[in-house]
Amino acid sequence: MEHYYQPEIECASREQIRKWQDERLVHTVKHVYEHVPYYRNMMEEKGVTPADIKSIDDLHKLPFLTKDDLRDAYPYGLLAVPLSDAVRIQSTSGTTGRRVVAFYTQHDLDLWDDCCARAIMAAGGTKDDVVHVSYGYGLFTGGPGLNGGSHKVGSLTLPMSSGNTDRQIQFMVDLGSTILCCTPSYAAYLAETVCERGLQDQIKLKAGIFGAEAWSEEMRQDIQNKLGIKAYDIYGLTEISGPGVSFECSAQTGMHINEDHFIAEIIDPATGEVLPDGEKGELVFTSITKEAFPLIRYRTRDICVLSHEKCPCGRTHVKMTKPMGRSDDMLIVKGVNVFPSQIETVLLNKGYPANYQITVSREHNSDKLEVQVEMTPEMFSDSLAQTAKREEELVAALKAMLGIYAQVQLVAPKSIARSEGKAVRVIDKRNLY
Amino acid sequence: MTVKQISVFLENKPNQLAEFVKVLNENRIDMRAMSVADTKDFGILRVIVDDTYKTACVLKDAGYICSITPVLAVEIPDEPGGLTRLLTLLGDNGVNLEYTYAFITRRRDTACMIFRVEDNEKAIEVLTKNGIRPICQDALTEL
Repeated sequence: MEHYYQPEIECASREQIRKWQDERLVHTVKHVYEHVPYYRNMMEEKGVTPADIKSIDDLHKLPFLTKDDLRDAYPYGLLAVPLSDAVRIQSTSGTTGRRVVAFYTQHDLDLWDDCCARAIMAAGGTKDDVVHVSYGYGLFTGGPGLNGGSHKVGSLTLPMSSGNTDRQIQFMVDLGSTILCCTPSYAAYLAETVCERGLQDQIKLKAGIFGAEAWSEEMRQDIQNKLGIKAYDIYGLTEISGPGVSFECSAQTGMHINEDHFIAEIIDPATGEVLPDGEKGELVFTSITKEAFPLIRYRTRDICVLSHEKCPCGRTHVKMTKPMGRSDDMLIVKGVNVFPSQIETVLLNKGYPANYQITVSREHNSDKLEVQVEMTPEMFSDSLAQTAKREEELVAALKAMLGIYAQVQLVAPKSIARSEGKAVRVIDKRNLY
Repeated sequence: MTVKQISVFLENKPNQLAEFVKVLNENRIDMRAMSVADTKDFGILRVIVDDTYKTACVLKDAGYICSITPVLAVEIPDEPGGLTRLLTLLGDNGVNLEYTYAFITRRRDTACMIFRVEDNEKAIEVLTKNGIRPICQDALTEL
């Protein structure tokens, strides 16, 4: 039996959804135009006023917003309510240069929690469940999002946060966790550990909600088999709210976008032209119910396909495929956003040449980031200890910038291939898409 | 009273040492002593050669990163206990060794120890006071 958190919304008619979107878009555009100078300037530059936006048919008239805009407007430039009305900040993993902060009023948090509650109920969750949240808590949206959603459903919530696998498994067994929420790679690791210890009979998991990084269908099968559960995908981004922007239902054939809150468009990343349903392109979101941090036509850089085909689960909201790639050079490693430019900045700051090679691989379902750097005469010392110390310093600086460990390898000068034209800086061996 | 050692950065992967030795051979450079220290991904090769400056030029041209370091060379009798006296002397006088390696001389029945210490002057003072004279660059080729 399919469970819904808000059936009247999740299964609403297309006409009703369209009506909500029309009204809420008009309202949101007016709201940001009046309260956010950054938006007003952008709209004026494009010659658009709120009066031009009468329905979602007019959406294409509005300018796009990019991560660069969010960075330019950092920290408070896109805040659309007085500071006194905002109650929460979340932030993307990453660096000072690329860090993005998002704001929430209490109303925004409630709606975000609703979205996550829909995802949990779509995965079969009820108030009788024990929801085991192993996403990180803190600035990262994973933990707080699923935590809030679980509260809304009325499930018993275990705010485990990430790491400490022994404790995770002990609680899972002792407290009888039934729904696991974490990154797919951590789920795979937990599954492996549970099997190694022969604890399959002692766990009560029935479902998992796994997101924040790309995972393949094979990985899904592997986790499902090992843990004896059904594994559901969930999608989101801090800029738009966090996890729960879209989520999988029992059909497991794509993720329903919460269209009463977010309008999705697919565009040609090169031209910005809106593409028809079924075509592959860059996903663009407009949030139409947020107060503190509404984003208009935000380019996610995720490449995917939308489908309005009728879903057997009964939900009427549009479905998106798993992201099939990126329209920029961002990597997602261990659920953390990594830009090659961040690595380059660290290398240059530390006096290394800008010729480097980034390799991402996945070993035992865990991502591994390696950076090869060319040694320079200035960096070289006859002392092994000193040279090794330099290497350690670089590792520490990368960790500070990226938030995750990157293995550094010092290589001989000129040993990294110089390519003609655009350098191939990144080798991703994971075959994610 | 020191000798010049060349230190070279080498990646820790197959064929690196062979390639290096080939460069020396092609340029008719004779090695007197060699030692390699390694970490998981790179190594530092240290050599004493017959012509330090020529070697440094040749290596730079071949794309190697290298540096020249003054180290101490001390001749000791090639027999049990030969090294003990020397090391005890240095240790008792607070001279800390960063690294050391050895080779056997060709023309005499002695061994030659190479020492890298923090303070060459102090080490030389300790040794000469006790009647041990470190070998200079020119004398090294006659061993």
